[in-house]
Amino acid sequence: MTAAPRSQRRWLSMEHRRWLFCYLGLLPILALFLVLRVIPISQTLIYSVFNSSVVNPMQNFIGLDNFRRLPTDATFQDALKNTLLFATGTVVLSVLGGLVLALMVNTRWKLTPFFEAVYFLPVITPMVPVAIIWKWIYDPQYGLLNYFISLFGFKQVGWLIYPNIALWAIVIVQVWKVLGYNMVIFLVGLRNIPNEYREAAVIDGASGAGVLRHITMPLLKPILLFIVVITTINSFNVFTAVYVMTQGIQGTSGASIRVLVFDIWENAFRFWRTGYASAEAVILFLIVLGLTLGQFRLIRSEE
Amino acid sequence: MDETISMRRLTPFQWFTQALLVVGAGIMILPFIYMIGTSFKPPTEVLTWPPTLFAVHPTWDNYRNLTTIAPFPRFFLNSLIMSTASTLGILATSTFAGYIFSKYRFPGRDLLFIIILATAMVPFETYLIPFYFLIKQLKLINTYAGMAGPYLIMSFGIFLMRQSMSSSIPDELLDAGRIDGCSEWRLFHQIALPLSKSAVGALGIFAFMQAWMAFIWPLILATQREMYTMEVGLSVFQQRFSIDYGSITAGSTVSIIPVFIVFLVLRRNIIQGITLTGLKG
Repeated sequence: MTAAPRSQRRWLSMEHRRWLFCYLGLLPILALFLVLRVIPISQTLIYSVFNSSVVNPMQNFIGLDNFRRLPTDATFQDALKNTLLFATGTVVLSVLGGLVLALMVNTRWKLTPFFEAVYFLPVITPMVPVAIIWKWIYDPQYGLLNYFISLFGFKQVGWLIYPNIALWAIVIVQVWKVLGYNMVIFLVGLRNIPNEYREAAVIDGASGAGVLRHITMPLLKPILLFIVVITTINSFNVFTAVYVMTQGIQGTSGASIRVLVFDIWENAFRFWRTGYASAEAVILFLIVLGLTLGQFRLIRSEE
Repeated sequence: MDETISMRRLTPFQWFTQALLVVGAGIMILPFIYMIGTSFKPPTEVLTWPPTLFAVHPTWDNYRNLTTIAPFPRFFLNSLIMSTASTLGILATSTFAGYIFSKYRFPGRDLLFIIILATAMVPFETYLIPFYFLIKQLKLINTYAGMAGPYLIMSFGIFLMRQSMSSSIPDELLDAGRIDGCSEWRLFHQIALPLSKSAVGALGIFAFMQAWMAFIWPLILATQREMYTMEVGLSVFQQRFSIDYGSITAGSTVSIIPVFIVFLVLRRNIIQGITLTGLKG
């Protein structure tokens, strides 16, 4: 190489100095990501092929035995089924509900900011108090809900006692909690649609339903898919609501309904079967990853 | 700002939908009213049929009890410490990394950024088992450091700060600073940081609320009662004294007061920030 002009050489060294600043600055942050994210994530994979003991998560290597036991484990199957039902119910109800709410709220009436705030309130409320108060609303003897249906002549229902009903009772709580979030995001999407589009369609003689179907919905599609992805991921990780609302009901010690994270938690931290629990965690991750990638692919194919 | 329309200009269909929204708003608020109402009831009024929303003889007893039946002030303090530590950690790492990723070009930049973002796709619940053993090895069970550990960094935070800084900080301004002899570090904390105040605020609120709402991790990590957070304390107390709904709802009310105050004061920033980052329910 021939000698570069003096000024250019200095510029290069300046650039290198900036690189140094970047690398040194990022070093501690990347180290944190390595220790707090990358390593634990990879260790879950490693743990899942080991038999564990209380003190040693890697007692002995057993290959895919943990995974082979999963399909025959009735408890895991139950948890998987419940989680799928819970997620499906939550996604359908809260996405549709959020969309309808957003369409209704999207006026420029005086009360619009008030509605936004009120519907958003449950989103920022921690799940434990939410679950506690809903458990009280669902109380078979003294609860508000049973009082309400008794006004119409219905008998008292043990909402959280029978697994089939309890699952949907908790879906309602989750929907109540995330509805405002979905609504606010839909509103962002709605407000980004230029008014001219709608006006032009109306001038061309389109009805309200026609505008919704042919103008609003196609333009909302990316937002819709984003909300579906977020809601799906969050509902697959449901734990707090189930834990608070179904533990210790009527003297029973176990949960009357079981979801994946609950099963992972119980296997790992009650029975200390961490290897087996890690295998369950890997399955949970694969489901979430599969759904996320699938939905991303949908977005791509739409564009 | 959009001009608001008056009631008279609502169409009949809009009248109908707005009325529905009012009813819906009532349903959304009802659980909060029931919770706060119950927290002021004396024990004789809690277990009644028909149930009532408000106390006939309101009392502060349930709130006074919070200090005697369980160390709730301590739980509150624990939540506060854990959430503050998490917020500071996330703000420090996110602003600095966001600045570097948005304002510099260096080999490997995009790869590093993608790795950081990719970790956000893995739910924490799937790797909390190895995380627990890591914390155990470090002898940090039942410590604030262990409890705040997973919440010290946030991929979305870095993403958010990168987005915000790449649009709100002109490169010319940084170059001008360089000509004046500013070091890269000073460019960050004297130019980039002050210009990103609103994004920092939104991220800070979001980080605080995320840590305040954390449940499964403090539940696993805090095995001594003195280290319970508000959420864990409430759930444990609720299981043990499931009849004492007066005190339980008083505790619940106290645990939501901080987030409610923050929400009422900074509603716009919160909705904006949460929309950007994707709050986990």
